[in-house]
Order: sequence, then structure tokens, then C-alpha cells
Amino acid sequence: MNARLEILAGILGAAVLVLLAYAAPWLRFVLTIALAKGIMVLGILLLLRAGQVSFGHAMYVAIAAYSVAFIAPHMREALLLLPLAAVISAAAGLLIGLFVMRYREIFFGMLNLALSMVFYSLLEKLYTVTHGTDGIRLPVPTFLGRELAGASYEWAVFALALVLAACFAVVVRIYLAAPLGQALAGIKTREARLEFMGVPGRFVLLAAYVLSALMAGCGGTIIALTSRHVTPALAYWTASGELVFIAILGGAGSVLGAFLGAVVYELTRVYAAANLADAWQLILGSVLLLVILFAPGGLFGIAQGLLRRRKAA
Amino acid sequence: MSVLLSAQDLRLAFGGVKAADGINLDVMEREFLAIIGPNGAGKTTFINMTTGHLTPQGGSIRYEGKELLGMKPRAIVRLGIARSFQLPQLFTEHTVLENAAMAVAAREGAFSPFRPLLRPAFREEAEDLLNRFGLLPAADRRADALNEGTRKLTDIAMAVAMKPKLLLMDEPTSGVAAADKMAVVETLARVLRDAGVTAVFVEHDMDVVGRIADRVAVWGQGRIAALGPPGQILNDPVVQREVIGIRAGEVPHAAA
Repeated sequence: MNARLEILAGILGAAVLVLLAYAAPWLRFVLTIALAKGIMVLGILLLLRAGQVSFGHAMYVAIAAYSVAFIAPHMREALLLLPLAAVISAAAGLLIGLFVMRYREIFFGMLNLALSMVFYSLLEKLYTVTHGTDGIRLPVPTFLGRELAGASYEWAVFALALVLAACFAVVVRIYLAAPLGQALAGIKTREARLEFMGVPGRFVLLAAYVLSALMAGCGGTIIALTSRHVTPALAYWTASGELVFIAILGGAGSVLGAFLGAVVYELTRVYAAANLADAWQLILGSVLLLVILFAPGGLFGIAQGLLRRRKAA
Repeated sequence: MSVLLSAQDLRLAFGGVKAADGINLDVMEREFLAIIGPNGAGKTTFINMTTGHLTPQGGSIRYEGKELLGMKPRAIVRLGIARSFQLPQLFTEHTVLENAAMAVAAREGAFSPFRPLLRPAFREEAEDLLNRFGLLPAADRRADALNEGTRKLTDIAMAVAMKPKLLLMDEPTSGVAAADKMAVVETLARVLRDAGVTAVFVEHDMDVVGRIADRVAVWGQGRIAALGPPGQILNDPVVQREVIGIRAGEVPHAAA
């Protein structure tokens, strides 16, 4: 798919989301969460490019969400909370990244998982600080100093998520085309060559890792702003697995696929949980299996295939 | 001609196996030096020591008068020493053109995050490089869909893209189909001579050695057993018996 078509599809997708959020008010919340998850999944995509799967990225989501929860009582401006929480998350990514960069593949994945579960336990056990599994409730943040309530607050968070999603989609798209992004695939196929060209593979991966932590942090902030209640469950390993699931569902190679996957996933989850409370995880599992077996390009790959067939016909 | 690389009394043992047992070698600027010798003689070890991937237990390697020992491989690359591999090390999910452009980008140190890899300047240089190697027809093919000769040339092209002064090649023709071999070698020699690159290469094919080498060094049990122009070395009865494996009186033929 060429760049122009991709931009068009992106704008069209954004318009559909706005329409949906307008037509069905209760979908605003669901779609805001979906956009937040799409942003997080972009980070997973970067790491997948390098052949690395992190089963612990929910930790960065939770770091940002809890940062918001701790800062918000003192300073309620959403547009300041967002960069603060994102930077804290990215800084944590840099610190932890320096350590996990030494490992690849299963060790990389498991180490991220282990660290995220340590963080989860801390959130759960340090009751005096984090209120354990009860979590922390947030005061209503302000936007540009203005007190918003009800629908207008929901719209503001939705708009923030949409703008962030668009910005990060563009950034990641450009990043992946640049040498630093192209070198990620080089880590997967021939890291030794990178080293022999004088390029440190660990630096290439670290840059992507920090960017992914930053995006996870932005997603986490949106989650905190929209649900206004943070709990340790944000950092639980199933939350990390969910991000990898969405990445594969949407299509592991594409920026738009991350958002397509996230929206489809969230909508399925909401409808299935309402109608088939006992079976929805079974349904998701079966869908993942089918995608892996028959559509390795994910939902985005299927869409591309349909488009190509229509062009050929 | 001046000395570009000078190895003095290199020593390295893997357990009881002496891979380098007092290597003394001067590589002259712009020469093509072939390294021949039986398996396990320490030929690749010499390349690995020069590129910083193995640290000798004793001795010194000087490049333009600068001590290389103790330097990190990446720092050595930046001095202008590149290497190619016995088994081509390509980015197999990228096209040949992208592989070459990656090497150009690496040399420029321009791992800039926001401009595309195939920006006009990089694309032009990569295409020019591939053209010199006769690889342009394969430019848009993925690196995992190439025959061995093309893979080898791409591997070497990526090393040349670094604009090295000294290029170390580990068996540049092994695995290349016999029918393609001389064409590959001729292309290689032409490009390297034009670029003014000094080349040190390990080679098992004596026809190739005879065709392009200025000097030949014979490795044997971690030492240099003989050193001189190919005409002299390849006709030396001792070398023929010990390294090339032909008996006196037999007509020399291409070794496998």
C-alpha cells in the first residue's frame, strides 16, 4: 500500500471513529481505550520489527498511570500530566532497557515479563502507598485550566487520544523507514553485520525500546484520564499479553494495523463480554489461532488483500 | 609503497592448539595479499585478531602506526578496516539495494531517525556501488533469494561501502559456482583496484590466487611458512606438497 493511500485510510479511519463516538455516546469510552491501546501496540510493533517480543510492556502503562494518579492531586492539568507521565515512563524504559538490551528473544521476553510482575507485586503489596488492589481514584483533571465535566470531559480525552494516535502513527511510520528503524529488522536477521558496520545493535534496540516505553506511557496516561481509577491490574501479565495479541491480530507489520486491531479487539470484547460472558475469551483465542494460521498479515493484511483483488478485477 | 598494517610476533593459543605462534607480517598499501594454508592453520584467526574479535595473548598489530590491540571492533571499523565473511552476512529481509544503503548509512554515522534510509543521496551511492559490482540487476531482490555468487558480492559490496582502506576477506569465492567464479573474482579485483583498497584475503582456489594476488603468504600451524610473489610461492615444491596437495610432476589444477 503506498503512502498516500495509507494516509487516506488513516484519515478515513479517524473520521469513522469520531462518527461512532458521536452516534453512540457509550462508545466514546470504549474507543478512547482502543486508541490508547493502539498507541501502546505501536511500541510492540517496533520491538517485533527487531524480532523481539516483550511480555511486560504493561509495566510502562502502569508506571505512567500511577504517575498520573500520584501527581494529579497536586496538579490537575491534563496537558501537563501527559508529558510528565510519558517522560517518567520513558526514563524507566531507558533504565530498564540498558539492562534488558543484553538479551534477545525468549530471554528478552521473559525478563520483561518478570520485571513487570515484580512491579505488579509492588503495586499490590505496598498498600500504604498504592492502596493495593483497591487502586487510586483520580480527581477530575482540567484541560488548559478549564473544568470540564460529563460528556465534554469525555470528548476532550477522546480528542487527546486521537491526536496522540495520529502523531505517533506518523512518527513511527517515518521512524521505520529511516536507517534506525530499518536497522531493527537487521537485528532480527543479522545483528553481527550491524556490529561489523560499526553500528551497535544494542543502541538500535534501546532507541526503539525507549520510544516504545514512551508510547506505552502515553497510552497509560489516556487510560488513567479516561477511567480515572488506576489499579495494579494495569501491570498484570495478561495486560502485556493483550498488547502482543492486538499487534498480531491487527498485522504485525503495519502502523494502521495496530489501531485496526485495537478497535476490533475492544469492540469484540465489549460486545462479547455483554452477550457471551463465559465464552468471549474462547472466541478471542480462536480468532487469534485463525489469524496466525490463515492470515499472518493480520486484519490489516486481509484488508490489503481485498483491496488488491478489487484492483485486479 | 609504505606499510599499512604491521603484525609483530602475534601469539594466540586455544588450549593446546596454537592458532598464532609468532606471526610477523607487513601488509603494503594497495597490495592484494592472499593467505593460503591448510584448515586450522590460523588464517581466519588472523582476520579475527585484526578486526578486534579475538585478542592475541602477545604481540602487536599496528595500522598506520596505530596500535589496534585493545581497541573495540567498532572503533577498528571506524579507522577504515572492513571485512567480509566466508558465509555472507546479509540482512535477509531487505533487498540488495537496502543492504547496500544500510552500509552507506552506517558509514555516514547518519542513523538519523527521521529521514528515510533510501533518501536520494544514499540511494544514488548504493546504486552506483551495486553498478560497479554488476549487481544492479539484482538490486530489488530480497537478500534471501540470491545465488551464492551474488550473495558473496553483495557481502563484499557492503564492506566496500564503508570506504575502507583495508579490506579483509574470508574466502571470497568459496561456495560460488565454478562457472561464475572467475567472473566474480575479476569484478571484485577491478572494483577494489579502482577504489584503491588494500586487500587481504584467505583463499583456497590457487587459480584465483594466481590471478589477482600481488603476494602470497602461506600459513602453517600458526606461523607464516612462506611469503612472496605468487609465481614463486605457487611453484615452490614444498608449498605444492604441503598446502596445495599436489605431488611433484603432477600438472597443477584448480583445487577444490
